Amino acid sequence: MHSEPVTVDQLQIAPARRHREVIIRYSLVVTALVSVLVSTLIVWSLLREAWTFITGVVWADTWGQQGWFPRRGLYDLPTIIVPSLIITGVAMVVAGPLGLGAAVYLSEYANPRVRSWLKPALEILAGIPSVVLGFFALTWIAPNIVGRIGKETFLVVGAALLLGYAAVSAGIARAKIRQYREGAIDPSARIGAVASIAVLVVVFALAAAWTLNVWLDFAPNNAGSLAAAGIGVGILVIPLVASISEDAMAAVPDSLREASAGLGARKMSTATAVVLPAAISGIVAAFIVAVSRAIGETMVVFMAAGAADAARFTDSPFEGGLTMTAAMASLASGTDSVVGEGLTFQSLYFVGLMLFLITLSLNIIASRFVSKVREAY
Amino acid sequence: MSMTDEAPRVIDRMAATAGEASPEQAMPAPAAERDVVFQSRDVNVYYGSFRAVRDVTFTVPKNEIMALIGPSGCGKSTVLRCYNRMNDLIKDARVTGAITYRGTDLYDERVDPVEVRRRIGMVFQKPNPFPKSIFDNVAYGPRVAGRKKDLDDIVENSLRKAALWDEVSDRLKDSALGLSGGQQQRLCIARAIAVGPDVLLMDEPCSALDPIATARIEDLMQEIKQDYTIMIVTHNMQQAARVSDTTAFFTADVRSENDTRTGILVEVDTTQKIFSNPSDERTENYVTGRFG
Repeated sequence: MHSEPVTVDQLQIAPARRHREVIIRYSLVVTALVSVLVSTLIVWSLLREAWTFITGVVWADTWGQQGWFPRRGLYDLPTIIVPSLIITGVAMVVAGPLGLGAAVYLSEYANPRVRSWLKPALEILAGIPSVVLGFFALTWIAPNIVGRIGKETFLVVGAALLLGYAAVSAGIARAKIRQYREGAIDPSARIGAVASIAVLVVVFALAAAWTLNVWLDFAPNNAGSLAAAGIGVGILVIPLVASISEDAMAAVPDSLREASAGLGARKMSTATAVVLPAAISGIVAAFIVAVSRAIGETMVVFMAAGAADAARFTDSPFEGGLTMTAAMASLASGTDSVVGEGLTFQSLYFVGLMLFLITLSLNIIASRFVSKVREAY
Repeated sequence: MSMTDEAPRVIDRMAATAGEASPEQAMPAPAAERDVVFQSRDVNVYYGSFRAVRDVTFTVPKNEIMALIGPSGCGKSTVLRCYNRMNDLIKDARVTGAITYRGTDLYDERVDPVEVRRRIGMVFQKPNPFPKSIFDNVAYGPRVAGRKKDLDDIVENSLRKAALWDEVSDRLKDSALGLSGGQQQRLCIARAIAVGPDVLLMDEPCSALDPIATARIEDLMQEIKQDYTIMIVTHNMQQAARVSDTTAFFTADVRSENDTRTGILVEVDTTQKIFSNPSDERTENYVTGRFG
């Protein structure tokens, strides 16, 4: 047996190797910094140009005007914000149930053979270029689906959605009131609890008033409309909702499904009472990604929403309208693009900044929501 | 209650089924029928074309603890999971033969496995509480069965039976994942009890626990066996000897030519007999530690 002493030299890293490690380390730092730097510069240029608009614009021209006519100096913001919200809403009404249902089926019901071709097939849907979907929305969805929605259909769908929303809000409000009675809400959080109930009620009132208003002014429309574009965007984001939700649900350990089955739960109970709550953070993430994608989607709404570079205010999904993204695209493209033309040009950055702030706040709200309701396993 | 008090009665009942009994002998005597919870006959379990368990026949007496022991891979967990049709959840798994539960074939095509599982509860190897509050864990079974009233009472009674109430009564709203491993496993037992089952199947319930937590679960099993029939799979022979009234010894029949292992039942008898004077040499080798 040898037991010679080991010298430091023997245990040292070879100098050449050490240099390589240093180089590797710094190249990785540079790649990380470049992406941060690029994002920062984009936000900076966005803020700078938007600031010019904010300080230069006559604010009376941005609210309560007849519409969005940037070349005439009329920047009515509701004209482009409301259609964006309507299209996002329609898209989520289409993609939410379909995407989540597909995810539940894939993760809880489908046998492995079906799953092995169905999931890739669904993901191919994500590969359809949005310009193709925009064309499809304009030439097929608009006349064949939106054109055939009657006054009654709209009322039934609208009433069903409102009732669903009311039921969920009533549940939340009742739980809060019970907690309040039991003294489970500490005094500092009481205002928050009251405020959140108030928000639910106000949103319901607005949605009901809007539904009634659209129903009263109902006019069929075979050409491009917000609803047609919304359905197109919905189809576009189904794979996002389905795929991310399915990943989150598939990550829930099988031991929880076994526990649930062993307690006499049926598949649907296991899915809704165990798997969905455990996967809620991934599912909310899926919806946030989908909403961000829908609100930021440009090509489908540009082609199918039924308005060019300017529009009058509308809040009906059956009329043509202009979204924030389409407004930006039309200002920046074509032979009459407005590069360098004062405030009209800066308005483009201002709209971009609003889009950015909307998605940012969505992310913040979602992460707070998730940390509250998450059932971490 | 000591095992010796039980012994003569059990031997009478088991005599017909111990070892390689023929099917007609395995039928329970009419007089003993009310005391038999399960009767299995020639049960085979296949995973695809692979036969995991071969020709298992034995009876399970009421209000007793039956231990299933044997070396790894001998199919004892697979057999246990036949009794509440958990094998249905595994794709390609197939069960042949008959298992009757109080006279009804569990594998009759009219039988709904969900109803079976409400009567025959299960506790798993690794504690698997839901990532919910302690209360919601226990209330889960009654809730999915459509029960909305008296949940407070059900939860309290179940937790008391599982000897967990005193430790958690002041934090029922806290997450079950904050409990220790032993507490989690007792919670899983409480959760199973809350459904109001008749039988509890326990699949190595103590293998992830330390000796103190294990002792508590074993005491608990003794306390609740007057209300339930319990089948327990265990790797721990001392545990089987301590808690069970009857013991079934399984082993793996290894075919080296095609490298398959099929679980077979070697013998069923009173626990006392299995551990002191087994009829089969393979049982003796196993319980004396010569293999396994």
